[in-house]
Amino acid sequence: MSMPYYVAPEQMMKDRADYAQKGIARGRSLAAIEFEEGILLVAENPSRNLRKISEIYDRIAFAGVGRYNEYDQLRIAGIRHADTKGYTYSRDDVDSQALANQYAQMLGQIFTNEMKPLEVEILVASVGVDHEGDRLFHIRYDGSVTDEDRFAAVGGDAEAIRERLAEANLEGLDISGALKAAATALSGPERTFTAEELEVAALDRPGSGRRFRRLENDEITALLS
Amino acid sequence: MTLPLFSTSDDPGPSFTGLLNKLELDPSYQVERALGEASRAGAGHGLDITHGTTVVASRYDGGVIIAGDRRATAGNLISHRTMQKVFPADRWSGVAIAGAAGPAIEMVKLFQLQLEHYEKVEGHTLSLEGKANQLSMMVRNHLPAAMQGMAVVPLFAGFDRRRDRGRLFAYDVTGGRYEEEDYVASGSGSLHARTVIKLGKAGDLDRDTTVDLLIRSLFVAADDDSATGGPDSMRGIYPIIATIDAEGYQPLEEEEIAGRFASIVNEYVDNDGTNPNITTGGGSV
Repeated sequence: MSMPYYVAPEQMMKDRADYAQKGIARGRSLAAIEFEEGILLVAENPSRNLRKISEIYDRIAFAGVGRYNEYDQLRIAGIRHADTKGYTYSRDDVDSQALANQYAQMLGQIFTNEMKPLEVEILVASVGVDHEGDRLFHIRYDGSVTDEDRFAAVGGDAEAIRERLAEANLEGLDISGALKAAATALSGPERTFTAEELEVAALDRPGSGRRFRRLENDEITALLS
Repeated sequence: MTLPLFSTSDDPGPSFTGLLNKLELDPSYQVERALGEASRAGAGHGLDITHGTTVVASRYDGGVIIAGDRRATAGNLISHRTMQKVFPADRWSGVAIAGAAGPAIEMVKLFQLQLEHYEKVEGHTLSLEGKANQLSMMVRNHLPAAMQGMAVVPLFAGFDRRRDRGRLFAYDVTGGRYEEEDYVASGSGSLHARTVIKLGKAGDLDRDTTVDLLIRSLFVAADDDSATGGPDSMRGIYPIIATIDAEGYQPLEEEEIAGRFASIVNEYVDNDGTNPNITTGGGSV
């Protein structure tokens, strides 16, 4: 009988984090920008079917990078959480903060207790009636949450994208400006994206009810030009 | 509220009622349990439950129009004058309810959520047929309560974008689902309303003629059925009418409805209180 090796807890956590980060870095990144009329979510995603961005509730959207089956499971859990909460209390009582906390709890739990951490990073965005009410929660594979302001970048290249967004002027953008800024930040200086390579959705600020809207290819092309 | 997670074999899929069932929040179980207890105690039948009444829907050349009066009664009392019985189910369909108001409104709320939940989880909307079947299942699940005098009989109307036409569905208390070609009516005044539409309908009418016909049918139903509310110009309460066409669900402005009612009332006044001719598209009765 062989003796199990002793592994220091620091080493174990680091191994898990490395494993998750490697998985996430394999996928493509996404960015979100707050603009005058709402929040724009833009992902580099050539697939029309395997979505990275989707609707959770009236004013809340979800975006995930990494392993598709894992963030899709999180997406569905989020929709279920929001819909049951809205059903039990009221539509006004569904908020992104509670959802982000739930995601953080769950990811943290899995990171420490399960064999394999989830290889995902997610973004929970909610649009308010004004900029003050906008929320961008960035949740990592280990359950750590950051509350981002004005813009967020998620994925393997997040650092570089965040730097590019921080350098860009994001004041008073309209939807076209926000899309251009996000696309340039995602692509970097060497590349330019066509509409087919991007998945774009918006949370519209004005109005009530379900504010999530997907942008079709022709609309993306028009806004990029 | 926690994040609901399920093992693959236990997953409720895109069904919201299935999810509520797993989480033990399903309202039909609660109603059934209460009814079981009530019937054991010999109670339940003397209860005056709020009831809603006449709802109608008809096809027209652009899609469907759905309408309902505003009165709710409890026994021989009028309990609400402004009840809403016509609701959007999602962007391309609407549902109208007749029967016990409490369970009916709950059913509509669940139905709306069921469609929205499916759309969000699956990433696309249910077919119109699928929506009609979902409602059928909800009515069927409600059967035990219906047997105790709390029947809910909805109408479902929508624009089928795959077939590019408006479609109508009627239901019975057992969840039986019947697609109708021209028009449907449900509730206590439906007999009168249906007769008016039957006599006035000639092929696919345009929007304005169909709206007038539905208004007239509700007017006659209110005239002859005590549980159906007529136009109330004193309080400014009028039926709710909505069109559903390729552009989606669109409720009519109250001003338009009030104006159309006023002209019907004037016809009666001009005819010394007798029924004016029902004239639609040139044919008259």
